[in-house]
Amino acid sequence: MADNVQNNQGPQTTGHVWDGTLQEYNNPLPVWWTYAFYATIVFAIAYWLYYPSWPIGQHFLTGFGKIEYTNAEGQKEDWHWNTRAKLLKETEDAVALQKPYYDKIMSLPFQQISKDPQLYSFVQSAGKPLFADNCAACHQSGGSGKIGMAPNLADDSWIYGGTYDKIQETITNGRHGYMPPFAEALEPEQIDDLANYVLSLSGNKVDPAKAAKGDELFHSNTAACFYCHGANAKGRQDIGSANLTDKIWLWADVPDAQDTAGKVALVTQVIKGGLNRGVMPTWQGRLSPEQIKLLTVYVHEFGGGQ
Amino acid sequence: MLKNLKHEILETNVGVLLVGTMIAISIGGLVEIAPLFLIKDTVENVDGVRPYTPLELRGRDIYVREGCYLCHSQMIRPFRDEQLRYGHYSLAAESKYDHPFQWGSKRTGPDLARVGGKYSNEWHVQHLTAPRSVVPESVMPNYPWLLTTPLDYSDVEDRMRALRTTGVPYSTSQEEYQKNVKAFGEATAKMLDISHAQQNLIAQAESGNYDGDRSSISEMDALVAYLQVLGTMVDFSKIKPEDLVKYR
Repeated sequence: MADNVQNNQGPQTTGHVWDGTLQEYNNPLPVWWTYAFYATIVFAIAYWLYYPSWPIGQHFLTGFGKIEYTNAEGQKEDWHWNTRAKLLKETEDAVALQKPYYDKIMSLPFQQISKDPQLYSFVQSAGKPLFADNCAACHQSGGSGKIGMAPNLADDSWIYGGTYDKIQETITNGRHGYMPPFAEALEPEQIDDLANYVLSLSGNKVDPAKAAKGDELFHSNTAACFYCHGANAKGRQDIGSANLTDKIWLWADVPDAQDTAGKVALVTQVIKGGLNRGVMPTWQGRLSPEQIKLLTVYVHEFGGGQ
Repeated sequence: MLKNLKHEILETNVGVLLVGTMIAISIGGLVEIAPLFLIKDTVENVDGVRPYTPLELRGRDIYVREGCYLCHSQMIRPFRDEQLRYGHYSLAAESKYDHPFQWGSKRTGPDLARVGGKYSNEWHVQHLTAPRSVVPESVMPNYPWLLTTPLDYSDVEDRMRALRTTGVPYSTSQEEYQKNVKAFGEATAKMLDISHAQQNLIAQAESGNYDGDRSSISEMDALVAYLQVLGTMVDFSKIKPEDLVKYR
């Protein structure tokens, strides 16, 4: 405002005088600004006409803009512009772009998929976000698993089987781990003997006398552990019973226990209480069969696949 | 006439300015809000959406109490990236029994509109108790008290009655019950009967065993029951995508 006076452009005031002396300068908006403002009004009118805008009673002005998409019957149809139609169209376009890859994935047997370099890189790039969004919450990034939550997918130990078919079955239908509780069926000493035996199977130093008794009990009809875990205690993948002879633990955190007593206590707890956990949700419905097959290959490629 | 309508009139008369401002603001409000009540297709006509069971309802109250909505939205927008990550976009119909709705506008954590069935109950219990034990990079607080606090369900009938006044069809009479049987089927209608609310709540908590402990009903039971039903009511495999397009 001071500039106005210094440049001697005359008194550009609003013409009002308050209190006898107070005046207000009048600084009109720049011309370019005024025209830009009018232009936005013209733009708004064009916008109203193209996109859905004004409400009219129970309906609204739908606008001239149209989006063409393919309906469930495979026919082309169009509808006035809206975000749902736009999403449908964009999804179709994206699916069309990925179709050559997914078609190949669906037509090839599992073993062939990762041998095709182009397909392999597609599996890696599409599998990464799929795994992160759907699997990593339990199986952790890279499929490293978590004791007490979900098994490691990158090692050679598989509860339900590590073949392509088994992995696909697991993702599609989900899993539910179960072991009955033995607290009522067995005496505390018997459970203690069994825990010692089970720990001896994976090379832990335990009381040999107790382990020997546990061995007998394991293979007897009294405890009948061998029904599910097998006579060799290597587990059965068809029912998802654990292999007790390896050093891999999922529910009893044996590697974390300080001493033998601690290890025995952990295994005792599992035998006593049983297990009703290890629930993996079904992904059928949430993921398409194409995505599940791709994810199967992705998980298999962590290194543990059989 | 138009020549005399100068902006100066507004600027020099505070009363006129006030009235003018109110008119301008109410136009904005009317244009944005009123059509949602008038346009008949705002809430889609889809099958499956039902009011929450008493247990889910208490879980929802805990969700609100703990302020989950401050970091988690329940609104999957119709964008491709959101659809890829969270699933089908949210329908207006899916929150028609939510008072207040939990759409939210802030995502520090992920959207939860379709979290139901995505993780096991065990995972939810572990994650709510100690989020970083399963998601190392998480910034979510621990909620260990959910597992140890018994659920107070003594006033669940009152809560249902309050929602009933907003239009949620919880039933208080045989006539309303029969209406629910027609609308939702018998099994659901039983759950919506206010007179059996506590009994239903206990039964669902015991059979669902959401927190892994059958001996008592904790707040965790209710919250997990609520989380597990989110976004699962509508079966999208039975709806043609273009039909939903035509609601807009």
